Amino acid sequence: MSAFIQSFLEMGATTFGSYWPAVSLTVWTLLKIVAIVLPLMGAVAYLTLAERKVIGFMQVRIGPNRVGYFGLLQPLADGIKLLMKEIIIPSESSKGLFLLGPVLAIAPAFAAWAVVPFDPDLVLANVDAGLLYILAMTSVAVYGVIIAGWASNSKYAFLGALRSAAQIVSYEIAMGFALVGVLMCANSLNLGKIVMAQAGGIFEWYWLPLFPLFIVYFISAVAETNRAPFDVAEGESEIVAGFHVEYSGMAFAVFFLAEYANMILVSMLAAIMFLGGWLSPFPSLIPDSFLWLLAKVGFLLFFFLWFRATFPRYRYDQIMRLGWKVFIPITLVWIIVVGGLMQTPWGYLFH
Amino acid sequence: MIFQDYVFYSLAVILLFAGLRVITARNPVHAALFLVLAFFTAAGIWLLLEAEFLAIALVLVYVGAVMVLFLFVVMMLDINLDKLREGFWDYLPMAGFIGVLMAAEMVMILGTKHFGLARISAPKAHAADYSNTAELGRQLYTDYLMPFELAAVVLLVAIVAAIALTLRDRKDSKFINPADQVRVKRADRIRMVSMPAEVEVPAVETEKAKS
Repeated sequence: MSAFIQSFLEMGATTFGSYWPAVSLTVWTLLKIVAIVLPLMGAVAYLTLAERKVIGFMQVRIGPNRVGYFGLLQPLADGIKLLMKEIIIPSESSKGLFLLGPVLAIAPAFAAWAVVPFDPDLVLANVDAGLLYILAMTSVAVYGVIIAGWASNSKYAFLGALRSAAQIVSYEIAMGFALVGVLMCANSLNLGKIVMAQAGGIFEWYWLPLFPLFIVYFISAVAETNRAPFDVAEGESEIVAGFHVEYSGMAFAVFFLAEYANMILVSMLAAIMFLGGWLSPFPSLIPDSFLWLLAKVGFLLFFFLWFRATFPRYRYDQIMRLGWKVFIPITLVWIIVVGGLMQTPWGYLFH
Repeated sequence: MIFQDYVFYSLAVILLFAGLRVITARNPVHAALFLVLAFFTAAGIWLLLEAEFLAIALVLVYVGAVMVLFLFVVMMLDINLDKLREGFWDYLPMAGFIGVLMAAEMVMILGTKHFGLARISAPKAHAADYSNTAELGRQLYTDYLMPFELAAVVLLVAIVAAIALTLRDRKDSKFINPADQVRVKRADRIRMVSMPAEVEVPAVETEKAKS
């Protein structure tokens, strides 16, 4: 096997000549990207099933149970069904942008995974400005919704797009400030270093010293992903389905995938920045492992589903008030508290 | 050409194309979206220069916030483009003169005579673990603290002024104090009234009851 790989590498080196290092780097990176995106797509598919099952049990129903054992093949059946359907393009729409909308919705949701560390060594791009990159990618995600809503040439879709634009821009500020607290404590923008700064057990993780920021971050994350109770961009009962009302078939499914991929992403980020990533809660008893990260992400994702089954939708003016008049002041005050306490003998609390 | 050169030239071509389309696109929303593309490619070029903080800040601030609000406004306006394009030829001489003047000024400053490699040497390459962000922060909060704080104050004044100019007490506002809403008790909204039933019993019902 190694001889085969060796001969393959030599063949590449002779074919591409001096460009071989660049080419091999590109190919190797592409392979790594596939290795991240494929399991992610699987996780997205089964998150939809988990959502229907969990909400089903919360409402004393069984949930999907017809396709495969316990309905385990339901996501597959849904996917095939959506693939078979026709994508209808509204007649007076802006066709290029109409098709670009779903692409721009899902691309940032995947692109952000480039800097997410799964392990001390397992990360696609170990860049120093990782946290900034994540913030930039999540802020670009709004374009999919805006473009889709505008290009549909439909009033409901347009209203959904406007609501989403205002909401995401508002909550991004609170989210960014919450992360400022984290980088103050960790002294780094590198996600791997942020995790390592939390080493030493469950009480060293940042959820404890930065508790208000953790809560603000998580609620803002629910708002950023347009999930219930902040799902006014879709608002079935008010504006039919909001920005994706004109989409059908796979184009609609891509929006769906993007929403769930974003949910997994923000849960992953919350786990990395406030719950110690892959670190074990009791390092003396159980070793650190990637499985801890999965468990924490799953725990946070369950909250997303729980919220959806529990809370009624927010009124729009209340969403704006919560973002601007409650969350942003809380984060600002706590950043000042953290910065001030760091100069006192209690600074060790924030590492 | 090395690999970076290919990346630079492809980004530069996209940037120039996007910049041209910003001023030639007929639809203002398309023009705004091309501006987004231009920002994005410019960020890519800055990344090639190892200025990762500036590149990401460009995407975060301009693409993620400013342009979103810009689109928000442009999408809602009903702009009549024919009216905007009226008088293009009348303004062309003046605009052309100003354009040529600006190009000449840029050449004078950025030309090889004053900005070439002979005058300003290429920046020295940094090690892989060099953090652009930390370095910028250190400079801003030590050597340039005063200008930085002044700029912050100017921005704060601008924010306060913008809010003061647009804030007006609307008479038809239906604002309700959220604290009052939360504090509402059952007794404030519901009044139980005891009303004796005044039901006219139908004739059929009374006959059924008798039998």
